[in-house]
Amino acid sequence: PTAREGITRHAATNHGQRRAKAWRPVEGLNCQFSVRRSARDITNMSQQAANGLPCRGKVLNLDNMNPNVRRVEYAVRGAIVQRALQIDKELKEGVKKPFTEVIKANIGDAHAMGQKPITFLRQVLALCAYPDLLDDNKFPDDSKQRARRILEACGGHSIGAYSSSQGIECIRQDVARYIEKRDDGISSDPDNIYLATGASDAIVTMLKLLVCGKGRDRTGVMISIPQYPLYSAALADLAAVQINYYLDEDKCWSLDIAELKRAVTAARQHCNPRVICIINPGNPTGQVQSRQCIEDVIRFAKEEHLFLMADEVYQDNVYAEGCKFHSFKRVLFEMGPEYSTTVEMASFHSTSKCYMGECGFRGGYMEVINMDPEVKAQLTKLVSVRLCPPVPGQALLDLVVNPPQPDEPSYDKFMKERTAVLAALAEKAGLTEQIFNTVPGITCNPVQGAMYTFPRITLPQKAIDKAKAEGQVPDMFYCMKLLEEEGICLVPGSGFGQREGTFHFRMTILPPTEKLKFVLQKISDFHIRFTQEFS
Amino acid sequence: MSALQEMSPNVRNIKQLQYVALIRRASQIKEELRQKVRKPYKEMIDVCWGDPHRAGVKPLTFVRQVLAACLYPQLVDSDTLPVDVRQRARMLLRGCAGGSVGSYTAPAGTSEIVHGISEFITRRDGGAPSYPENIYISPGSQWALQNIINVLVNSEPSSPKTGVLTPLPCYSTTISSMVGLGAVAVPYSLCEERGWELQVEELQRALESAKGVCKPVALYIVNPGNPTGYVQSRKSMQEVIRFASEKRLFLLADEVYQDCVYGDNSEFVSYKRVLAEMGPPLSDTVELASFHSASKGFMGECGLRGGYVELVNMDPAVMKYIYTLFSADSCAPVLGQFALDLLTSPPQPGDPSYPLYRQETRHIRSTLVRNVKRVFEVVNSLPGFSCQPVEGGVFAFPRMHLPPAAIHKATEMGMQPDLFYCARLLEEAGVFVIPGCEYGQKEGTYHIRFCIMVQEDIMEELLRRLTSFHTQFMKDFS
Repeated sequence: PTAREGITRHAATNHGQRRAKAWRPVEGLNCQFSVRRSARDITNMSQQAANGLPCRGKVLNLDNMNPNVRRVEYAVRGAIVQRALQIDKELKEGVKKPFTEVIKANIGDAHAMGQKPITFLRQVLALCAYPDLLDDNKFPDDSKQRARRILEACGGHSIGAYSSSQGIECIRQDVARYIEKRDDGISSDPDNIYLATGASDAIVTMLKLLVCGKGRDRTGVMISIPQYPLYSAALADLAAVQINYYLDEDKCWSLDIAELKRAVTAARQHCNPRVICIINPGNPTGQVQSRQCIEDVIRFAKEEHLFLMADEVYQDNVYAEGCKFHSFKRVLFEMGPEYSTTVEMASFHSTSKCYMGECGFRGGYMEVINMDPEVKAQLTKLVSVRLCPPVPGQALLDLVVNPPQPDEPSYDKFMKERTAVLAALAEKAGLTEQIFNTVPGITCNPVQGAMYTFPRITLPQKAIDKAKAEGQVPDMFYCMKLLEEEGICLVPGSGFGQREGTFHFRMTILPPTEKLKFVLQKISDFHIRFTQEFS
Repeated sequence: MSALQEMSPNVRNIKQLQYVALIRRASQIKEELRQKVRKPYKEMIDVCWGDPHRAGVKPLTFVRQVLAACLYPQLVDSDTLPVDVRQRARMLLRGCAGGSVGSYTAPAGTSEIVHGISEFITRRDGGAPSYPENIYISPGSQWALQNIINVLVNSEPSSPKTGVLTPLPCYSTTISSMVGLGAVAVPYSLCEERGWELQVEELQRALESAKGVCKPVALYIVNPGNPTGYVQSRKSMQEVIRFASEKRLFLLADEVYQDCVYGDNSEFVSYKRVLAEMGPPLSDTVELASFHSASKGFMGECGLRGGYVELVNMDPAVMKYIYTLFSADSCAPVLGQFALDLLTSPPQPGDPSYPLYRQETRHIRSTLVRNVKRVFEVVNSLPGFSCQPVEGGVFAFPRMHLPPAAIHKATEMGMQPDLFYCARLLEEAGVFVIPGCEYGQKEGTYHIRFCIMVQEDIMEELLRRLTSFHTQFMKDFS
């Protein structure tokens, strides 16, 4: 066969086969995970065999790939989601199921669940994208003014130009002003603000910077259990030591300093603890830490010489009576110079959550506090490797920190939309807690904030045994069954971490109220059925 | 406080940009000009980035109209925008969860866009098949490159460091990201006298130089080149592929400038296509990652952060981990993904937007061709300045033959001679270019790099100022 013909033949053979691939579980893994074995690879191998060549090992294979990457897992988009996507496909192809759609309550994506974008934000962004629209009188004046200001700050007046790696300067200035206003006047230096490709990018960048050492000196990073699995993924990738501190489920997922002390003391035996991460409001737990608790954590960080990473992306998502968001920075400064001049900290915020829900823009920032100037120079150098954060995301962030003011034309509509989004979330948070707590075997802490519920489920021993017999973690077994029977996709608690012997799932509260009621009902019914089936 | 020594050694090992002082000074000068401080020039010419929009090239109208409609869907139903713009926006929004660009997409990108990219690749490569499941969209091509290098790096402390063969000169961000990931860059010199040609013997020498230093696992090629503008011949690419196969190297083909080829005897052909045409066993075994981006070419949408990688002949078991890595990044920015779709499926003849699209891209292209010619003419006419033919890419990388007095002065000031030249050029002529020391160059040679994808009048002004400055400089240091 000629060279050309060889490749073309593969294409012809495979074209029909491409569509109908078999998913098969890979044995020997903790979680059910399917590997797509493509017809093409099989054809390749048989072609080699036909040519009489030995099947040489791949240059890049499981044995020589980065061992750290092999340890990376990210449950939010893991095995269960891939099965959900496949079921989606099957439904589209007309396969009959006990449900007509897969409801994806696994990921904190508000727009995907029907939440509408805020009009003002999108108007300004459209003007930035296509400035000819500045002549269109359908757009209000304040939106045009914002757009002009942003474009003025962009190279060549285009959002398509690179910005500086740290982010557009006037936007960083606006972020600093926003932080000052939020924190009752405590000053914020724009030079300490780093815009990023989502808060996740900034979090990973900080960890990349801080993790070092070998053997017993390897950097240990404290993270809550349960946690948002970006942290565990990043720590695995960097081969940092993950130091778990358990949140107290019986006390509404609150943080106990004694538990922090226990964790760090035990960790000092085998690593060098240097960082503590805290998510407030929490993910997946939704708890909003009290001011006292935040002070205690800051004190702890100072005593133990830990760098504090405060993930505050849900800062506008606070619902429960008596709960209030306190920024770590504000509390730090209100504790006086003994702390405010010494404790090193980074706080993170994002455009993906709160009332905006603009996940697809990948906008976010971090503010670093009390960082050694030489270390900060290294940080600035490190972010330059990313070139720059997406400029539309930077522009969006600018609008979030610089929203319409009471005297501006877009103010009323903006406030109406913002209030409606947050009120809907608050209502759904309450509804979720209420309904789940009526189900025997499901215990749900109040959803004080964020976008999720993380109820504890009691599983009958028979179910646990069955799961283990099939090589599955019990809550994954539960969630997979729920997916197959009801078409509802959740993430098992094992993906976030939980106390040994306990099981949970994480569900978002994002579907529209009527659909959420439906989902809550279905899960409740399923739980009862499941309990009976395995009793 | 956390001190320097308590930091990642990989990050510390990343070289600080040589021209950091120039960036600061350029920023100051911009501010001074804004404050109307008197200078020999009214505006700074900033051509240090490969950033067409910054240099005055206009965004493509169709692209921006589609993006605006996607951002603010009220525009889809109004008459403000052409019909095909609205249709494309509708189609793109249909592929978004909840019909919003604010939703996350699948980790590798929206299925429809990924399929569109694979079809584009197949068309481009004369029918060589491309599979959507092997394509990952990322926030810019460098992000995807970093993920792939992360998988290649052996991070075990007891193992030898992982090496990646990289061209010299090379775009500095790529080297930085390799070092940041714990890899070692093993340079292979491009041959300036032969138009910056890649020679396989040099690859061999580089590979040998790595013995005892690191374990090379990959070969990084930039074609068309950055900063050099060299476009590889098919024959050269075949040699490289054979070399990679023989030496068991993973091939990383950075092809982001594939739309910018204008040399009389040059043609861009992708590594994938050359590999496919070489047939089995090579076409079935050589492991290849090719990178493309919406940042370069006529779109020049650097700020949107849209790039992709296509993986060929990968071990399926490893692909699973690639998926996980990309999924922890959530997804590429949706507007960047849309930009890729518009790149791979532009307006076609018969579409209402086609005439304007064609006019705009032709204008950009002819400007580029003209600029290349002018740069070659002007630079080669100046004493102490020479320039290899620029066949592709968006940069000129001319060589300066600096007088000994200038080199001496620079050394006195503790600066690389070409950095010294660039600092003077910035200060006295308001032209911001990057010194060759940033990219690596043969000992004793000096270069500057500047972007040539700029508006015609800016290019003329740049050349005028450069001529005047250079003439004076050579006189001052004769």
